[in-house]
Amino acid sequence: MANFTLKVNGTTHQVEVEDDTPLLWVLRDHLNLVGTKFSCGIAQCGACTVHLNGNAIFSCVTPVSSIGNSEVTTIEGLSQDGDHPVQKAWEEVDVAQCGYCQAGQIMTAAAFLEQNPSPTLEEIDNAMNRNICRCGTYHKIREAVAAAAKSK
Amino acid sequence: MKTQTGTSRRDFLKIAGTTAGGLVIGFNWFSCDSPKMEVLSTEQILAQAKSFNSFLSISPTGDVVIFSPNPELGQNIKTSFPMVVAEELEADWEKVRVVQANLDPEKYERQLTGGSGAMPHSWERLRKAGATAKFLLVAAAAQTWKVPATEITVSKGMISHEGSGKKGHFGEFVAVATTLTAPEEVTLKDKKDFTIIGTPVKNVDAKEMYSGKPMYGLDFQREGMQYAMIQRAPFGMKLVSVDDSAARAVAGVTNVVTFGSSVAVVGTSTWPLLKAKKLLKVNYEPDGVVESTTDHDRLFTELMAKGKAEVKRKDGDVAAAFKSAAKIVTAEYQCPFLAHSPMEPENFFAHVQGDKVELVGPTQTPDRARQETAALLGIPPENVSVAITRLGGGFGRRLRADYVVEAVEVSRAIKAPVKVTWSREDELTGGAYRPAVRYRFEAALDATGTMIGYKLRGVGMNAGNTTRETNFPTGAVDHVLIETIEHVSSITTNAWRAPITNFLAYAEQSFLDEVALAVGKDPVDFRLELLNRAKTKPVGELGYDVDRMLGVVKMAKDKSNWGKNPSVKQGFSVYFSHKSYVAQVADIEMAGGVPTLKKITAVTDCGLVVNPTGANHQVRGGIVDGMGHAMYTNLTFEAGVPKQRNFDSYRLIRLKEVPEIETHFVDSGFDPTGLGEPALPPTGGAIANAIFAATGRRLRSQPFIEQKEFSDIQLQIKRG
Repeated sequence: MANFTLKVNGTTHQVEVEDDTPLLWVLRDHLNLVGTKFSCGIAQCGACTVHLNGNAIFSCVTPVSSIGNSEVTTIEGLSQDGDHPVQKAWEEVDVAQCGYCQAGQIMTAAAFLEQNPSPTLEEIDNAMNRNICRCGTYHKIREAVAAAAKSK
Repeated sequence: MKTQTGTSRRDFLKIAGTTAGGLVIGFNWFSCDSPKMEVLSTEQILAQAKSFNSFLSISPTGDVVIFSPNPELGQNIKTSFPMVVAEELEADWEKVRVVQANLDPEKYERQLTGGSGAMPHSWERLRKAGATAKFLLVAAAAQTWKVPATEITVSKGMISHEGSGKKGHFGEFVAVATTLTAPEEVTLKDKKDFTIIGTPVKNVDAKEMYSGKPMYGLDFQREGMQYAMIQRAPFGMKLVSVDDSAARAVAGVTNVVTFGSSVAVVGTSTWPLLKAKKLLKVNYEPDGVVESTTDHDRLFTELMAKGKAEVKRKDGDVAAAFKSAAKIVTAEYQCPFLAHSPMEPENFFAHVQGDKVELVGPTQTPDRARQETAALLGIPPENVSVAITRLGGGFGRRLRADYVVEAVEVSRAIKAPVKVTWSREDELTGGAYRPAVRYRFEAALDATGTMIGYKLRGVGMNAGNTTRETNFPTGAVDHVLIETIEHVSSITTNAWRAPITNFLAYAEQSFLDEVALAVGKDPVDFRLELLNRAKTKPVGELGYDVDRMLGVVKMAKDKSNWGKNPSVKQGFSVYFSHKSYVAQVADIEMAGGVPTLKKITAVTDCGLVVNPTGANHQVRGGIVDGMGHAMYTNLTFEAGVPKQRNFDSYRLIRLKEVPEIETHFVDSGFDPTGLGEPALPPTGGAIANAIFAATGRRLRSQPFIEQKEFSDIQLQIKRG
């Protein structure tokens, strides 16, 4: 066990966990931030996507010991009141079916649009292809990312 | 429309004493700012609100609380059910709050998600629930204002009397209304006056989902709760011994317990358990037949040739028809086992305390969870409470209660509240699968190309009846023989979205294509010819409404511009399942000799569309699901263990692999039927038939990408 100081959603947290504990489980089991989801655990589906210094990463394979001073942003911290342009677009387009993957989808989309504010549809497809939606809401995801890009 | 309210009076009286409650986020429902999942009693949830019936309560401020009984797994029932209640109530949708009801079989007759059956079952009940409350509110207003009830109008939560100019919101009349006697009969609205039903009302959980609020089973936590993960035996094997010393040495592991052939590692958080489970040294020995996929392939061949078949349907004289045939077409089709792979892995919270159990989690069948728990512990079912979280997908996996009972076993053993979580590897290897099936079709045709004989024989691995013997084209063919053969396997199988038809439809619709083309007929014309035959001179039992099927076939032909553009190669498919009719056309364009799947056009008759957004979701989602598993997904076994253990080898369809999907709905005037499943079955057939039209390659097994016929096709998928 070791002590780690983590900056998550603008707040500093102390946790005592094993070095190899993935950020996902620190968030979910130790910081009670359960909006970040577990699904595959091997960086294949993107349900666990969070931002590390603004970049979308798979938190399920990111050991807590590798975070250091980096800023972690989770779905809970993406905006104050769920009103980030991507979240609003997700609501407007009414994207979700079961909804379980959507926090990860939103985090992938938000980081992508930060880096590419006016993407083509093909660029959207390439960016969002890393997240799986088992319900098959892909058409709506694509539509919502395009809508969020326009609204920004 | 006049209708009997039946049980409304009884419900009305009974509700006051019940405490079944529901699951909410945040202690105060109307402020909703505390990020905690709470299982609350009805009284706590309602605060000052008063109940009219099992579904509906209204607060003095006019806020409407609607309990949604059925588990929500993405089929949108938590939005569409309340829409129906609110419609008849004439509520202001902005003032409606929806609460997921806990299990209460006395209040709710069919509290499960499966078979696309919720809406057809509850449509009239929900309407009556809303209409009865509206009647009582109007009666209360009439009494208060001393005016005739017939002169009162209701709109958007406001009650008005034009003559006196009096006006008030629902909340003002709740106290009086809930003391009145509910009528035996109520008048339901004319469908043309609907203002909520038929509109694209947004998902009631949207805000919470998109801001990461806890709402799924995996998010549930309780003070003092332990975490557990379980090592399960391969199929056909049983536990002999376990060395858990290395697992126990992992920091954060508090216990290891064994029950049956399962070994549970218990701890204070999830990560130590994922590590510890890999350190268990477990010995198994065969307990029955240990099977591999090669055994299944051999069994399919043996059983197809000489298995003991159960006859499901026999019309006319099949032997004579095939003897007199001018042409016979034969083909075999096969599909693999599949896992359900919901994005949220199986999990459940259980707390056994003496002879009482509290359960919280994602289940499609809360009553089954209760019954199996009660049976395991030998306690009365009513001692088991079940709170239903939102489900991160289900696809049939959560119809079973195996993962609930496991949590009960662990809680009993460690005498503490526990949440059992499955890893993805657990989900894929310890599952309950869509059964592998092989079909053989034979068609006898006369000299004019009319199908006079039709034979279907299915062999399934724990599949039950592999056929649907009243399916089209039965009823349209004089001589029919339909048989099924069961192999009892050690591999657990279970309903998987659109059970049996998820593959049977592909096989039937591909085979019909083969038959049409063998006699030089257009595949759509061939189906129309058969349907007209079923309409004018039906043979035996008809399991489908010929006119409704004709309706979707004709509209799909029209909307897809069937056969009109020579550079677009098209595949057709039509299917009736779960009370709805869906026809689909897949378009493949040849670009420089490369086939590109561009579009799927879907025409659906599910009766009245309650929520167009939800309906579109279900149709497109069903098509993506049907396409993904037909194209890419395989699950093979080696000595009782699946070889595909996670999403790196168990391939699910991704965003770039879906074509444009155009949806249309037939305005058939029927009451709404289910839509969680019916759009999935036709998809594989439409795509396979289009691939044949484009390339001449007939795909008779799934997944397509692993077939040798497909290996050099280089199919591209592009939208728009």
